[in-house]
Amino acid sequence: MSSFLSNIFKRRSSAPVARDRLQILLAHERISVGDGKDDLLAQLHREIMEVIKRHVAVDQDKVQIKLDRGAQYSTLEIDVEVPGLTDGKPAAPAKPAPDKAKAKPA
Amino acid sequence: MSKVLVVTSGKGGVGKTTTTAALGAALAKGGQSVVLVDFDVGLRNLDLVMGAERRVVFDLINVIQGDANLAQALIKDKRVDNLSLLPASQTRDKDALTSEGVAKVIDELRKKFDWVICDSPAGIERGAQMAMYHADVAVIVTNPEVSSVRDSDRIIGMLDSTTAKAKKGEKLEKHLLITRYDPQRAAKGDMLGTDDVLDILSIPLLGIIPESGDVLRASNVGAPVTIAEPDSAPARAYTDAARRLNGEKLEVTIPTERKGLFDWLFKRRVA
Repeated sequence: MSSFLSNIFKRRSSAPVARDRLQILLAHERISVGDGKDDLLAQLHREIMEVIKRHVAVDQDKVQIKLDRGAQYSTLEIDVEVPGLTDGKPAAPAKPAPDKAKAKPA
Repeated sequence: MSKVLVVTSGKGGVGKTTTTAALGAALAKGGQSVVLVDFDVGLRNLDLVMGAERRVVFDLINVIQGDANLAQALIKDKRVDNLSLLPASQTRDKDALTSEGVAKVIDELRKKFDWVICDSPAGIERGAQMAMYHADVAVIVTNPEVSSVRDSDRIIGMLDSTTAKAKKGEKLEKHLLITRYDPQRAAKGDMLGTDDVLDILSIPLLGIIPESGDVLRASNVGAPVTIAEPDSAPARAYTDAARRLNGEKLEVTIPTERKGLFDWLFKRRVA
């Protein structure tokens, strides 16, 4: 019962949440959708992956990408597990692009 | 001066067809000649909302393909003078809507009517593109709800880039019509308010149509709400919106169900 009451009193109105979510989303969509061009983050993602693949063979399953679009700033986190790279030793050079490592469209 | 108006939204089910019928009837009742053109090829419904579903012989595609002329395909409304309907085809697919064909039909309609109102299908595909292409004026129908607002934003972008006016570098007149608005829920903070939606989409407000059973009742009997229940809150909101389309400066209010003089006197001011 007490939780029921506290729920009622604590309940925040949802409209401001909707407004904020829309403002952030649309700020990004207006740049990216309209003219068919990618937005900066998608482009960064693609190019960073191209650079990494140029130097090491990357298993797509070992790449984690997190994206958080915010109002003030956004973060793009690319976490690549590079096999065989230890201190002092250079990584094995990338083998001529195995199928798996081919760039997937972002 | 004839004007081509597109009623569009991106999202489905927000009230485009209801709005096309109600605005068209209100403009016709005001003395102007109006034709409503259904662009929803394959899923036509404007005929049904207008109560003309049993009178459809030829349709827009027939006219485009030369199987019928315009005069044969136009259905005159029996209740309001100066109001006609050009139905969409139920059987053909939307590829039959050729750019040249649509341009020719719109040109011919411009010569005959003061207002050519195009009811756009949902989505951003060919039918929607064709419906908006020749527009001088756009009414963007939006529900105070996140997905509708997002889709409207996308449609506004298309209106500014892919229409004939935009390609000529001219300005297309855009108006926001908020439908299914519930003042009580907005006041409680559980529905996006008018200010929020206006703030996000930043185009001028044409009107606010309150959520009301009168709209459903009107479509049940096959009449625009401005004809079936002209004194109802949504009909008054649509009638005011039609007057604003004609350039009248009216304060935007949310009409309430008319319960008495008191309600009428204290209509809430909103924008």
